Amino acid sequence: MNTEHILETRQLGKDFKGFTAVSGVDLQIRRGHIHALIGPNGAGKTTVFNLLTKFLRPTTGQIFFNSTDITSEKPAQTARRGVIRSFQISSVFPHLTTLDNVRIALQRPLGTSYYFWRSQNSLNQLNARAMELLELVDLALFANKAAVELPYGRKRALELATTLALEPELMLLDEPTQGMGHEDVDRVTALIKKVAQNRTVLMVEHNMKVVSQIADRLTVLQRGRIIAEGPYAEVSSNPQVIEAYMGTVDTELQGAH
Amino acid sequence: MTDIFGIPLQAFLGQLALGLVNGSFYAVLSLGLAVIFGLLNLINFAHGAIYMLGAFLAWMGLTWLGVNYWWSLLLVPLVTAGAGMILERSLLRRLYGLDPLYGLLLTFGLALIIEGLFRQMFGVSGQPYPVPDALRGATNLGFMLLPTYRLWVVAASLVVCASTWFVIERTSLGALLRAATENPKLVQAFGVNVPLMIMLTFGFGVGLAGFAGVLAAPATQVSPLMGSHLIITVFAVVVIGGMGSILGSVLTGLGLGLVEGLAKVFYAPASSTVVFVIMALVLIVRPAGLFGRDK
Repeated sequence: MNTEHILETRQLGKDFKGFTAVSGVDLQIRRGHIHALIGPNGAGKTTVFNLLTKFLRPTTGQIFFNSTDITSEKPAQTARRGVIRSFQISSVFPHLTTLDNVRIALQRPLGTSYYFWRSQNSLNQLNARAMELLELVDLALFANKAAVELPYGRKRALELATTLALEPELMLLDEPTQGMGHEDVDRVTALIKKVAQNRTVLMVEHNMKVVSQIADRLTVLQRGRIIAEGPYAEVSSNPQVIEAYMGTVDTELQGAH
Repeated sequence: MTDIFGIPLQAFLGQLALGLVNGSFYAVLSLGLAVIFGLLNLINFAHGAIYMLGAFLAWMGLTWLGVNYWWSLLLVPLVTAGAGMILERSLLRRLYGLDPLYGLLLTFGLALIIEGLFRQMFGVSGQPYPVPDALRGATNLGFMLLPTYRLWVVAASLVVCASTWFVIERTSLGALLRAATENPKLVQAFGVNVPLMIMLTFGFGVGLAGFAGVLAAPATQVSPLMGSHLIITVFAVVVIGGMGSILGSVLTGLGLGLVEGLAKVFYAPASSTVVFVIMALVLIVRPAGLFGRDK
């Protein structure tokens, strides 16, 4: 087992009642990398995410995190190992304040969650850290607003803050810039780059500009299989990839998004 | 002053006190329903049957095993909670991906089965359960005399409701529970064992029903029908208070008990329908319930 790789899958596959969503996926994520998972719609990217975070049970294959076989673990167990995900559809606690959203996440690693007799006031000590995280994603001004009232781009930023609150060793981001305006995209891209300095990030991303800017390596999925893997420059000139993505080899991958 | 609106003060206060006792049962039962609905999105139709089961377990414990009232008050909620958790693990869990109606139908069927079994065994006449020695007699409140057991029912219910409210609204465990109510998947991604949380929550809600059953045993006849009689009103309470609202279900439960008591004073025939009239009005004006939140 290679310790250079924080996460590794072997022949990972998932069938849904006869439909093969993912098959034979050998994924290797290097420690400290930003690794992008790309592919056309329906390629199985989100399925892979769900398999890695145990929200789905694989039909075949194995998953190793830090050389430990986590294939048959429950979602919460894997999360406690430090594999934390975001969801494709913006996922917050809508009726809690922005600050509370982050605080709930902060509460978990400190282990206070099972000491239910602790009053919530003891959670106030988490406020400082929560505000720090909100400032990091530029949400400090919205701290006392209910999450449901935040504009879409801000909600995604809040997700990033809650994910960070859990101090993940491996962070899985499912389309972190999806549906954002240009300005937000640049900000979130810079933010991901910043938070990736001392951790590993695996992200599903459609925006090739973002991928080209920050991804160290990328894996291309098509119909549930890996068709290419490597640094951006190498993968983006791979004719198979260009065809998969654009349906034709004539177009530059750069423009895909 | 010896009368109020032409009604003797004693009778007036007496009905109010009775209303408060009924309200206490509504509060504990609707609280259990609200806790379960909040996290599981399940309308537990078996709640009344479990309340009845709680009363019968207390009766059987006393009659067959010599387990006294106080031990029942402690053990029966644990037994019903355990049974609830087995039920959640073995049956309810299979229905989570489906339309909530399946859960409603399953629990409704269970209620019919439990009730049928007890009717078969005990008939419908009801078994007496003696008031424990320490709570016999009446207590003089200064302005009126009230059976001590009724006072105890109100006090015990209030303590249980207040503790539950405190845990859910003011502790870190409660914060997680509320978060899981809003977005269980996200809490699971945070590393919280949500399936376990769901099982314990269902067990707790069902345990509350068992507790209410023991509390009710000395106050009413222990009968297989006691659950289905009460639960219809409790569902109305839940609708009026707002589905899933903790504080709402407690306050509405107590409040409607009082309203029923008042109705008995002024126009007795209305007392059995007044709750449903209020429910209809609330549904017209505030469909999410008095304390509910529009989704």
